[in-house]
Amino acid sequence: MSPKPQKFRTGGGRIDRLKPLRFKFDGHELYGYEGDTLASALLANGQHLVGRSFKYHRPRGIYTAGVDEPNALVGLGTKDQVTPNVQATSQELYTGLTAVSQNRWPSLKLDALSVNSLFSRFLSAGFYYKTFMWPAGAWEFYEKFIRRAAGIGKGTHLPDPDSYEHVHKHTDLLVIGSGPAGLTAALTAAEAGKQVILVEQDFELGGSLLNRPLTVGNISGEDWLKRRLSELEVFKNVTVLTRTTAFGFYEQNLVGCVEKVQDHLSIPNLHVPRQRLYHIRAQKVVLATGALERPFLFGNNDLPGIMLSSAAETYLHRFGVLTGHRPIFYTNQDAAYDFAFALKTGGTEVAAIVDPRRDIPSALFQKTRALGIPLYPGSRIVRAEGYQRVRKVLLQPVKSGRDGKGIWRDCDSVLHSAGWNPVVHLQSQRGIKPVFDPGLNSYLPGAGITADHGCAGSLAGYEETDAVVSQARKVAKYLIGQIKTAPRNYKKPVHDTPPVVSDNSPKSGKTFVDLQHDVTTADIAQAQLEGFKSVEHVKRYTTQGMASDQGKLGNVNTLELLANLKGEDQALLGTTTFRPPFTPLTIGAIAGRSVGAELSPTRLSPFHECHRRAGAEFITAGDWIRSWYYPKGGEDVIAAYIRETGAVRKSVGMVDVSSLGKIDIQGPDAAEFLNRVYINGWKALPIGKARYGLMLRDDGMVMDDGTTWRLGENHFFMTTTTTGAAAVMRHMEYLLQVDWPELKVNLTSVTDEWGGMAIAGPSSRKVLESSFQGIDFSTEAVPHMGFLEFESDGLPVRICRLSFSGELAYEVYTRAGYAELLWDQLMEGGKPHDMILYGSEALGALRIEKGHVAGPELDGRTTADDLGLGRMQSSKKAYVGNILKEREGLIAETREQLVGLMPVEGAVALKAGFILFEGDGSEPKGHGLGHVTSVTFSPALGRHIALGLLSEGRAREGTLIRAVSPVDDMSVDVKVCSPHFYDPEGERMHA
Amino acid sequence: MLRIDCPFCGLRDETEFVYGGDASRKRPDLQETSQDVWNDHVFLRDNPKGPHLEYWFHQHGCRSWLKVQRDVATHEITDVRFADKEKGQG
Repeated sequence: MSPKPQKFRTGGGRIDRLKPLRFKFDGHELYGYEGDTLASALLANGQHLVGRSFKYHRPRGIYTAGVDEPNALVGLGTKDQVTPNVQATSQELYTGLTAVSQNRWPSLKLDALSVNSLFSRFLSAGFYYKTFMWPAGAWEFYEKFIRRAAGIGKGTHLPDPDSYEHVHKHTDLLVIGSGPAGLTAALTAAEAGKQVILVEQDFELGGSLLNRPLTVGNISGEDWLKRRLSELEVFKNVTVLTRTTAFGFYEQNLVGCVEKVQDHLSIPNLHVPRQRLYHIRAQKVVLATGALERPFLFGNNDLPGIMLSSAAETYLHRFGVLTGHRPIFYTNQDAAYDFAFALKTGGTEVAAIVDPRRDIPSALFQKTRALGIPLYPGSRIVRAEGYQRVRKVLLQPVKSGRDGKGIWRDCDSVLHSAGWNPVVHLQSQRGIKPVFDPGLNSYLPGAGITADHGCAGSLAGYEETDAVVSQARKVAKYLIGQIKTAPRNYKKPVHDTPPVVSDNSPKSGKTFVDLQHDVTTADIAQAQLEGFKSVEHVKRYTTQGMASDQGKLGNVNTLELLANLKGEDQALLGTTTFRPPFTPLTIGAIAGRSVGAELSPTRLSPFHECHRRAGAEFITAGDWIRSWYYPKGGEDVIAAYIRETGAVRKSVGMVDVSSLGKIDIQGPDAAEFLNRVYINGWKALPIGKARYGLMLRDDGMVMDDGTTWRLGENHFFMTTTTTGAAAVMRHMEYLLQVDWPELKVNLTSVTDEWGGMAIAGPSSRKVLESSFQGIDFSTEAVPHMGFLEFESDGLPVRICRLSFSGELAYEVYTRAGYAELLWDQLMEGGKPHDMILYGSEALGALRIEKGHVAGPELDGRTTADDLGLGRMQSSKKAYVGNILKEREGLIAETREQLVGLMPVEGAVALKAGFILFEGDGSEPKGHGLGHVTSVTFSPALGRHIALGLLSEGRAREGTLIRAVSPVDDMSVDVKVCSPHFYDPEGERMHA
Repeated sequence: MLRIDCPFCGLRDETEFVYGGDASRKRPDLQETSQDVWNDHVFLRDNPKGPHLEYWFHQHGCRSWLKVQRDVATHEITDVRFADKEKGQG
């Protein structure tokens, strides 16, 4: 079936009329053509009303034809592929596109919440701040109402089914924008043999050439574009990326770009990502981002049917769509007259041209007369009226002031144009502030050209296409070193132009400076009255420019308005800072492939496969995947770790300790170095022995702990905590390379080179004797903290007798590549002794029973003394942190100290994070006396136990306190005790 | 994102490095016992606009601590060298 004719579609344009595309808007089946945007297709169907405004729910129509669009935001897609806040003006149309308007309830035409307009005085500038602050409880009261009414589109809570990827590119020259300036710059560099990347956010190259009838030299813009594009195809050194937005310009010429690879396809290719994020590192960058048209401000300037003149011209010239049958022009730009003449010549009734300038160039004046278009020079539009579409506007002479009389003119659209704002955003992101140019009556880039980038074309203030082309060529040549003289920003002569922002009576209706965030001129004035005077304060107080369009349309008008209100020179006012991204980015593109299991690297123990074969359940701990427990029968984690813990205490078990950080330390000053790094003494440690060490940060807080083994006179093997490994390495390298370069010590990270298993329990010695026959493991040969290194049938083994569980225990290491051999040998040796495997859950329970500190206690806020390890601190030597650990606050009596905690009811479990309070029955107040750090059910004691940090904790041993959780609504009576719950004298470990 | 020209590895992205702060500070002697001296060394930093000498650690590279001269206002890096003077001379 052939589509019905479209009411607002005319001839011409760059659409393909042989390829109609069906789409849905708010459930209505419509169609457009290939080459349409969603906005142009909606306009062709007469659909101006596309959304409701953010705060007041006023009807809003399509205002622009590009990335500056504040109103036409739609939700795109269905179910798990919903993307909110898509600008209809930059969304390419495709068959099957499904869009819904946003911010309206129950429907676009009938919006129950538009009563917000009646309550508007409550929603004025600073509303949010005020309800947060006063009166107490106001925010809670308003919140439900506001959450419903405010907020832009809705996303989805479903996982994103699409894929995204990141690409890194390097190039001699990156050109951003493919208008006359961008194409010229790209071709100039290409001819010089440079590698060039040209990015264009649109799906077609050409920029302004697509949007209006221009001439370049003596040929039409269209022909010029065709020639340039065919030249581009010849160059193999040019990469052209369309549908690609340069969203961020970072230091040293890194440019972030996002390519919408498949957002325009009905049926996406599953083997290609939806979007691609480029990190482009360019030697030089040409910014050819053009300019965006500036709107006028007048009452009810947000009615559907009111749009930028250049947007209407784009819809006509590029898409063959007429935005209205009786437009009124409101302009101070000569170029807008040409469009009015073209419309009139094409048969459209132009209701009037309103121009605030008194002196209009005579050629324009004559032609306006000749075509019979009513002209109102020296006039302005004060307000517009209409219901869901503009019907008439009130005109007034500029000089008559705010109370002058006016006349009404009927129309069905207002096309306005108050000048052009160069798209200075990207350079501003680099920290170069835009500067006000009185000739342009807008802002130019702060630097026309720098050592690494330059601004070309209308971004640099040039207007005539020939001038743009010639300047862009010079910019490219300068950047690639072909010429030495730097081209500059264009300086337009200053005319005495009437203000764009005129003094309107409040009776004129709301005048919006920021359409997307519903910020009015009255809000800006109110912010001034309330003392929020600087541009940055006005922005934050009114939220002007803080919506997803970042005020592309409204910022410059706000600045002029502010200058007027303050009576200051606009050039001295300053601007707010533009930050990336230039247009909104999907979170998916930022994440790229770093999602799910790819979020961070996965680290596996060299014994991982052995654990898997042994039936382990695994748990993620940081980057590591560790064996958690080994279920027997239908055991859950609790049943399993209780059984495993019991077996370790009764006979013997084996656990993986490979994730511990390991650092090989060598050099004649190695012992001296350790002596400085650790709080305890190391020089007297004999070869063949290990020692537990604790290190502090420079500020005196505990940094990390672990055992370090002396392999030789000048050779040590240090172990660190799993999570502290990288920081400890960095810290020690810093000390050696920066602070003490005179020490002859070398460090090598060997975490991944060695795999280790700990054998713990009364029978652990027997397991080793069975595993490594002929080796003497007696206490005489391997005392507590004794160390052995040997080869067993070619298997390299390092064994140290040390204990984390409180039982007689050994850590057995081998080179990572031998891990499975060691596993087999130990499992074989363990068989006669009923050795079991235990995981990280049982390991944790065993260490809490022994009161050993781990991550929850080593939280960066505890001193050695807090942890009960103060007596380890040597007084005979200086070491890192030894002076600052004595700071007043760190030795105060009220410090929180490590204690054991036992709920009075042994069956009651605490949770880490419970807050500790006095047990005297007083109401829990303030931040309490400390908190619970680690909890477990202790199989050895048959009850729940915990470790905690408690103010004056050691003095409170034996007393009762309370552990409170407002989150769980629990208050538990708890007895304070020593953290060493099990075998406090260490008899078992020394057996 | 910065790129730092590591004297050992060459020009590398900032993501390979860890920032280490002001490089004009000098660690007090190990035997120094004044809390004020240590306090000044550990906590007090100038915050100049313009050129700043700072430490960067090439964590995902050669593990060298570097002294980098960077303009904190423009991010321009004008000098990179090993923090350990003897390094790279052997």
